[in-house]
Amino acid sequence: MNKLGDSWLLSLIGLTGLAVIVSLYLVFVYVPTELIMGIVQRIFYFHVPSAWVGFLAFLVAFVAGIAYLMQREPRWDMVEVSSIEIGVLFSTIALVTGSIWARPIWNTWWTWDPRLTTTLVMWLYYVASLMLRRVVDSEDRRARFGAILSIVGFVNVPVVFLAIRLWRTIHPVMFSSEGFEMAPGMLLTLGSSLVTFTLLYLCLLVIRVRIEYLSSELSRLRQLSIPARS
Amino acid sequence: MRFWRGVAAIVAKDVAAELRSKETLSAMFIFALMVVVIFNFAFELRVENVRQIAPGVLWVAFAFAGILGLNRSFVLEREGGCIEGLMLTPVDRSAIYVGKLVGNVLFMLVMEAFILPIFAVLFDVPILNPALWLVIILGTIGFAAVGTLLAAMAVNTRAREIMLPILLFPIAVPVIIASTRSTGQILDGLPLSETYTWLRLLLAFDIVFTVIALLGFEYVLEE
Amino acid sequence: MSTGMALEQQNVWAVEVEGLSKSFGPITALCDVNLRVPHRKLVTIIGPNGAGKTTLIRILSTLSRPSSGRVRVDGLDLIERGAEIRRRIGFASHQTLLYGDLSAVENLRFYGRMYEVPDLEERISELITKVGLTERLDDAVRTLSRGMQQRLSIARAILHNPRIVFLDEPYTGLDQRAAEILSSLLRELLAEGRTVLMTTHDLIRGAEMSDQVLVLLAGEVVYETNAAAPSRQDLNTIYRKYVEGR
Repeated sequence: MNKLGDSWLLSLIGLTGLAVIVSLYLVFVYVPTELIMGIVQRIFYFHVPSAWVGFLAFLVAFVAGIAYLMQREPRWDMVEVSSIEIGVLFSTIALVTGSIWARPIWNTWWTWDPRLTTTLVMWLYYVASLMLRRVVDSEDRRARFGAILSIVGFVNVPVVFLAIRLWRTIHPVMFSSEGFEMAPGMLLTLGSSLVTFTLLYLCLLVIRVRIEYLSSELSRLRQLSIPARS
Repeated sequence: MRFWRGVAAIVAKDVAAELRSKETLSAMFIFALMVVVIFNFAFELRVENVRQIAPGVLWVAFAFAGILGLNRSFVLEREGGCIEGLMLTPVDRSAIYVGKLVGNVLFMLVMEAFILPIFAVLFDVPILNPALWLVIILGTIGFAAVGTLLAAMAVNTRAREIMLPILLFPIAVPVIIASTRSTGQILDGLPLSETYTWLRLLLAFDIVFTVIALLGFEYVLEE
Repeated sequence: MSTGMALEQQNVWAVEVEGLSKSFGPITALCDVNLRVPHRKLVTIIGPNGAGKTTLIRILSTLSRPSSGRVRVDGLDLIERGAEIRRRIGFASHQTLLYGDLSAVENLRFYGRMYEVPDLEERISELITKVGLTERLDDAVRTLSRGMQQRLSIARAILHNPRIVFLDEPYTGLDQRAAEILSSLLRELLAEGRTVLMTTHDLIRGAEMSDQVLVLLAGEVVYETNAAAPSRQDLNTIYRKYVEGR
């Protein structure tokens, strides 16, 4: 990774930092408190972008998986595993914030909202796919399997969502994830949060891919240092 | 043509091996039976009408027993390195997938055919309904389609027993939901028109994931 | 059964390898290997464990893909004509590739169907007799001894009458008698006009019948004999020099 890459990354981090500051201001100072739900509604501005980033991350992993199988370039594998890890992280945040939000409002820790439930199911799957990577010994196989799992997993996302939604229309859920009207200021705040989280994702992705790259360079150098013949 | 002859040969081989040892089918059957009986007892004590939860119990039993079968199907290929024997043949690699898929579906259907009467007795539900059989067939195909691909991967890892269930169950969620729902509707005597949406979802799942698994299998086998 | 002369004149070499390299991630298993195996010969590749023998022979059998380089088997390019190559080659390793629950006959019948072998039942009888398993043909392969399983595995490998046979450490785990039976089987294969490429870390077997010997070390071919078969003493010297560094 060269100096040019470094300066790009620094700019990205700087930009993200700026976005975080702006968004925090908007979420905690600017936007008015929602009438019905009160202060806890502000979680919404963390919950929705987290779920969005999760989805984005798995989409990127899907594309990277296909790219790896077609081109066999290790960097696609690095992007893929990094993106899945970050996706799981943000999905965790989405699930936890969803739970925290639900409790005071609807007096339950879990709503069977289709989006939230899909996130849970996919969280389980992607965690399992990360586990699989750990128990595969061969690097080449690990990358191939990881790619196939990323592809299969992402194709399944709309199917799972559809199934759960169909299920829930028959036994209608008592509440949806948005139980309030969106005032104009809220739209701006949400937009800002979405941008901030996306920038955060990009930062983390670049850093994580770098770590992956350095780690593989390290193994390669270790391998070279072993004398071939006595 | 060679493709289908290869598929037929693989299925025949799996059936012949199973007829000799009977290990897989008996394990699947016993396991499913246990699930059905235990759940029946467990819910009998708490739930007013066990018929309500019957569809869920049935599909949990099928799913868990199905995993057993899927696992064994590839474990047997691993012994003696037989998967390489298959790869050495001039038959297309996708024929190996289809052959294993057909075998897995067959074994699951046999197990399901034996479990259904017992299920009918324990939960007091009518099972002589072709619509029900259709749902079971479609659900089984969907489950096995993804399961065959994932099992082929899982068997190549160090933690092979646990990898398949934790990967397969999330993917199979749409199948489980659709199958359980439509089974419930059919057992309740609702007209088939109500179930169309679920059947369409099942069919779509089957087609989409069979195609994806077919394409992906090649990459699982290669080295 | 006999291999045609016309075909041989088309492809000079049974196996032709140019600049073959294979890496598994950061590990290089084979490095710039060049190899030529003439038809109707027995070529043995010897080397210590980890030298890359198995990797090499698996690539030649289409079980593994090269990272770079060109490979031709029976004149056909490995990547482009893989399926056709598989019709013409047989492969056996220390893994039997046999289904333990099925009998010897059932195993051969399965593979016969997969290879579309004509007159399958006749061919199966012929092979069972040839490898000396007539008494145990209906027993589950699980119940056969290691030596018998290995012989059956060879039968499986030549079931479809391949011109070229790859054997990866076939003598592993065989006792003296079983090894002798295997050696006589190999001599028969050669007499039938087939080409045999074998890997082993057993020097004695290496010297015995081979027309040509290669020494593989850390993924590179370090020594190659000429047409004349090396004596056991020569091989010992060679091995000690290159492999043990003396």
